[in-house]
Amino acid sequence: MTTVLDRLNFALHRSMESDERVYVLGEDILDPYGGAFKVTRGLSTKFPTRVLTTPISEAAIVGMASGMALRGLIPVAEIMFGDFVTLVADQLVNHASKFRWIYNNLVRVPLVVRTPMGGRRGYGPTHSQSLEKMFLGVPGLKVIAPNTLGDPADLLAAAISDEDPVLFIEHKLLYTRQLLEAGKADLRDYQVDQTFGDYPTFTMRPTKPAHLTLACYGYNFELARLAALDLIMEHEIFSEIILFSQLSPFNLDPLFQSLERTGKLVTVEEGTISLGWGAELAARSVEKMRGLMVRRVAALDLPVANAKSLEDKILPSVQDIVNAGLYIVE
Amino acid sequence: MRYNVLAMDDNFTLYKTMLVIRRFEERLLSEFSTGKIVGTTHAYIGQEADAAGIFSVVDTEDVVFSNHRCHGHFLAYGGEAYQLAAELMGKASGLVGGRGGSQHIHWRNFYSNGIQGGIVPIAAGMALAEKERNTGKIVLVFIGDGTLGEGSLYESMNIAALWKLPILFVLEDNHYAQTTPVEKAVAGSMSARFTAFGIPVWERETSDVLEVRSLAMEAAASARSGTGPACLILHTHRFSAHSKGDDPRSPEELARIHKIDPLTIHGLRLATEEFPRAASEVAEIVNNAFDRASLDPFPELCSEY
Repeated sequence: MTTVLDRLNFALHRSMESDERVYVLGEDILDPYGGAFKVTRGLSTKFPTRVLTTPISEAAIVGMASGMALRGLIPVAEIMFGDFVTLVADQLVNHASKFRWIYNNLVRVPLVVRTPMGGRRGYGPTHSQSLEKMFLGVPGLKVIAPNTLGDPADLLAAAISDEDPVLFIEHKLLYTRQLLEAGKADLRDYQVDQTFGDYPTFTMRPTKPAHLTLACYGYNFELARLAALDLIMEHEIFSEIILFSQLSPFNLDPLFQSLERTGKLVTVEEGTISLGWGAELAARSVEKMRGLMVRRVAALDLPVANAKSLEDKILPSVQDIVNAGLYIVE
Repeated sequence: MRYNVLAMDDNFTLYKTMLVIRRFEERLLSEFSTGKIVGTTHAYIGQEADAAGIFSVVDTEDVVFSNHRCHGHFLAYGGEAYQLAAELMGKASGLVGGRGGSQHIHWRNFYSNGIQGGIVPIAAGMALAEKERNTGKIVLVFIGDGTLGEGSLYESMNIAALWKLPILFVLEDNHYAQTTPVEKAVAGSMSARFTAFGIPVWERETSDVLEVRSLAMEAAASARSGTGPACLILHTHRFSAHSKGDDPRSPEELARIHKIDPLTIHGLRLATEEFPRAASEVAEIVNNAFDRASLDPFPELCSEY
């Protein structure tokens, strides 16, 4: 069995082996520590000159990566916690994402910024957030999130090969998760299709006609599957699941195709509910389809509390998704 | 020592470079009243000795990251006045097709962006790339007294020094960050900021292009030597407003700094007959640039990124 962490680590090793322009930089990434979440484990031993441990200087890490990318290298920057992306916002929004366009396509910025997001580990308000929504809709910046259905190694390798900047969002709870296997366990009763391209969107269709569509990405796919199972077992409600790898810019065709069949949308995300990813999907969907019903599941508009009892209430649960499904169907 | 391919090592050429910048910026400011140029700009008038002196000793293969006040740097680097004028007019023939405008240009190894501080780590990353690729190039990053308030500058100085990157920080102190005098914005010493990181500093209060040139030669050689970053601090004066209408300085102060004119200072070294020659050659360059650019078409919008 192989985990998401294994696959991400493998992709970094393979990319550094196959292309000596690939550099990895970030805080505390050298062996034996190998990074706060061990995604960079082994790299500094194998490629000591191309793995650069930095001071605590997030803006400089991403700014330097941007400059490296402009001048012929392929940098992969690690931001230790996703909460710290606020410190690199200027670099991503005003520099890396803009250069190609404002310089009239004369340059490319092949830059990856990897960062772990998400809560449920009791890390409290500044180490548990899902801030990716702040970077959705920034022209020139791709936001990508791995999951257990596609191969995270392929996804990260594609991001490293991408000639444009990519913000790569890794939910902390995904690292230890096993990859799913086609036709087995959770996937046994589903037909799985995926779009072509580097960052596929997956469509999971149950064997019976579905009543609703669950849209999700990253770790929340784990919750959405459990909710879908509960809805079948307890309520005989069937769900299609649309799983995004690319959050921004987005291709909503698979979602729209599913909604043509179900007419009901539940979005699931771990960021705060207001003005978020689900809100945009809902808006696009109702603009497209008259009479569509929508329900969003997301975190409350509060900081993520340190106490587990409070954190559980603030972040979306499987039961919240089930309840949204019941509400929208009944 | 490698010299600019423009061979700006004679007094006439140095004077002419400064005069191109002066006349270009004057024409640019006048075009706002004709409506041919809209938006804003940041004129380099008064600081011409810095760019002309520095780019007379820096290799044109070297990498430059400039800021909002980039026209003088670009022209001294060897950039074409016509393409810059077209960019400022928002024409398809501009350096970057009208997308970037005054503050966001790119040509060969020259880059600029309009964000204070944020360009510095990018320049440091470029220096890392040049070092790793063994190109022998250095990276020049232009900052001002105002940039000293930005945190990412210090992050970059620290890493550039730790990793011995071939970068030359050029700090042009024109005494004002937009309207804020340096006394209200910069505590302590400018040079000590750099020496605290172990970065050697060449510093002078001057508007003499030959003085700038000799300091830049030493500072650039240091940055190129493999020992790590270097810093060149030039205390200078901008004659124009920060952008267009934002100049709180008194008439007395303006009169005082206008006496420190790099063209006057360096002009003392020219023969009498060289002035009309410089004037006519420069007028042709600048007039041709703006007149030709004004006839060019505007760009089409492609909705794809």
